[in-house]
Amino acid sequence: MEIRPIISALLRRKVSLVLIGLQIALTLAIVCNALFIINQRFATMGRPSGMNEADTFVVSSYGFGAHFDTKSSTLADLSMLRGLPGVEAVTSEVSVPLGGSGWSEGLSLTPDQKTPTAGTAIYFVDEHGIDSFGLTLVAGRNFKAEEITVREPRSTQWPSGVIITRALAKKMFGDDNAVGRQFYLDVKAAPITVLGVVDRLQTPWPHNISRSGDQDIVEYSMLVPQYVSFGNQVGYLVRTEPGRRDEVMKLVEAKLVESNRGRIIEDMRSLAEIRQSAYAEDRAMTLILGGVIVALLSITALGIVGMASFWVGQRTKQIGTRRALGATKFDILRYFLTENFLMTTIGLALGVVLTYALNLWLMSHYHSPLLPWFYVPTGVICLWLLGQLAVLGPAKRASRVPPAIATRSV
Amino acid sequence: MFAYYLRLGWSSLKRNPILTTLMVLGIALGVGTSMTTLTVMYLMGSDPIPWKSDKLHIVQVDNWDPAQPYNSDGTPPDQLTYRDAMAFMQAHKADRQTVMYKIQMPVQPENDSIKPFNSLGRATYADFFAMFDPPFKYGGAWDRGQDDQHARVVVLSDKTNEKLFGGADSVGKRVRLNDLDYTVVGVLNTWQPRIKYYDLTNGSLNSPEGFYLPFTTAIELKAGSAGNNSCWNNVTSGWDAYLESECVWLQMWVQTDSAATFADYRAYLDSYVAEQKKLGRFARPLNNRLLNVREWMADQKVVSSDVEVQSGLSLAFLVVCLLNTIGLLLSKFMRKSGEIGLRRALGASRRQIFAQHLVEAGVIGVSGGLIGLLLTFAGLAIVRLLYSDFARVATLDWVMVLMTVALAIVASLLAGLYPTWRACRIVPALQLKTQ
Repeated sequence: MEIRPIISALLRRKVSLVLIGLQIALTLAIVCNALFIINQRFATMGRPSGMNEADTFVVSSYGFGAHFDTKSSTLADLSMLRGLPGVEAVTSEVSVPLGGSGWSEGLSLTPDQKTPTAGTAIYFVDEHGIDSFGLTLVAGRNFKAEEITVREPRSTQWPSGVIITRALAKKMFGDDNAVGRQFYLDVKAAPITVLGVVDRLQTPWPHNISRSGDQDIVEYSMLVPQYVSFGNQVGYLVRTEPGRRDEVMKLVEAKLVESNRGRIIEDMRSLAEIRQSAYAEDRAMTLILGGVIVALLSITALGIVGMASFWVGQRTKQIGTRRALGATKFDILRYFLTENFLMTTIGLALGVVLTYALNLWLMSHYHSPLLPWFYVPTGVICLWLLGQLAVLGPAKRASRVPPAIATRSV
Repeated sequence: MFAYYLRLGWSSLKRNPILTTLMVLGIALGVGTSMTTLTVMYLMGSDPIPWKSDKLHIVQVDNWDPAQPYNSDGTPPDQLTYRDAMAFMQAHKADRQTVMYKIQMPVQPENDSIKPFNSLGRATYADFFAMFDPPFKYGGAWDRGQDDQHARVVVLSDKTNEKLFGGADSVGKRVRLNDLDYTVVGVLNTWQPRIKYYDLTNGSLNSPEGFYLPFTTAIELKAGSAGNNSCWNNVTSGWDAYLESECVWLQMWVQTDSAATFADYRAYLDSYVAEQKKLGRFARPLNNRLLNVREWMADQKVVSSDVEVQSGLSLAFLVVCLLNTIGLLLSKFMRKSGEIGLRRALGASRRQIFAQHLVEAGVIGVSGGLIGLLLTFAGLAIVRLLYSDFARVATLDWVMVLMTVALAIVASLLAGLYPTWRACRIVPALQLKTQ
């Protein structure tokens, strides 16, 4: 098959060629970069928190006045909640993974170092913390009941032993074998010993990025055996028997309200809801960009259909002549498919440049990583196919033009 | 003549309904998508207090860790320590000034039928109301004297007043917050700044507070911050040690009514930090800032990068839609060569052909714009659904409605320009010959 007549025919319609080429180039650039963003968001959203998220929920109690006894109220609530049917484990808490608010501290290996070795999220829990969060202890031991102390308001006292995540252990000590090792939370106070290591536990801030680009920062977490209240606010994290979460949530709220009228019971949220709102913006971004991609591909495809239909109409007579001179239906079909392939290819060549230009702009303005190599070839193949599919209808119509049309004058 | 061209255009468009739909839909989709994202970006970034945004400045000084900066880009903390904030308040060097922080307190209605509820409030100075201009429905702000006396007074939002007093004038009545009584001195009218620019530490799209208390009262009651608190060195236990610490947790704004006052304030901050350096504090290099509202919003990236990327990509999408429409119009006008040749031969001037086809392109633009407007409404509804806190920035105001229609018409005329120019250059004789 001769390509030269197709090229010379194309060159006679330079403007249309440029228009379709630009359209395809921009389509490739937008689709590749948007898909890349979408995939990054899915990767972010797909990271496990390390918790049992299906059967857990949190609830807060707010007492009134300066004389509210948070300590005895906390202990009473905990023992009441642990006795409820359907409840598997309960701990006091201040913050939960993905919750967006919480406490963080810097950790140092020596008392005289100028900057901390790592930053960590702090989760204040009691001896039921690991069980309630649904964590896996991979080394060392859990807290004992007698190790749980009360952190007085505005106190800066830390307990002598804590539990950390595997990621934090690795960052602090270079390996998983952290049990018994020591570090400083307060460089003017005594060092703190690692009692145990849990496999995984995300911080409350899943979107935090470290200054050095450390991806593990989202799992730098520590369990601290203290009861903590803010003002008169105390939080509880409840894990229920599988499948009974919603029913237990209602029961817990009713029982907490009933047990003490001099307070407010609020902020009851399941971990599933917390995850939902933590990633709401990422989900929105994927849906919006997904919508743009679909609209863009449709417009481009329909544009090719429209353009090709016109060309077929315009060239009816030529097609008839070619058919009369012996071209088969397949020859005509192949002519239009090849023409489209050439046009698309020119557009895609420009598109590859545009794709990386857009990626570069995203890298310099929005800290985007470099587009992985496979996006462009995949995009190119998809747009080739899209172009061929779009032109198939008009090309088939062209192939059905009867040779006799060449002899008619209008 | 215009009506005639309109009729011609209409009949020409009717001849190829599928193609026409394609062009109109292309413009509509492009306009709808880009206007949806542009509206969000425009409303997020727009000046929330245009009449005085250049007079309000947030005070920043760098008391941070000598070993590492507060922000990785070297900018100073967004909040102040208690001791610095108090020094600035006492110096009273600006025309107005306020220090403030977010608090949370249980509200205990006297009426037993209303359940107690938690409310987020703001501990601030009397000047807050004169600086940020919240509208009052009843009463007014407390005065500077009451600031000094740690008065137990409160200003309620209209929502809190609605809950507690059914919306009646409650000035002079008592409100119980965390077991203590406060006297209502004022009730605000609906106040919904699009961006919570005066405190961006916990997000820019939060609702305003349910109540306002004198800062001095909140400190006397040792009410901790419900917002952010950051410390860089270890603090000793207790409230008094906390107030003396290097922890930052307070926002401070000053109003300077003249360039001279602003310059004086800058000089004052510099001399304050120099003084403190002698006392062994502020080990970092001098890094004071006095950004105004607009600068502060830009610095804090109120318009999120997601919104910017969405706008950028949808503008590129609009370009694709335009290229598409240009291509289709071009093919269409070229196919009408015979008709155009005939009209030219019968005496139509190039100008007339040009006008006729531009009207046809315009018809596509107007229809695309109107459908695009509907799509923008739908798009914004989807955005509000996807981002629960975008309610105030994902709405169409009349500026954006006009912009949408104008964008569609300009876009379609731009798209129509080249094809139209080509159409009117058609040589009549050549076209008539083939007939």
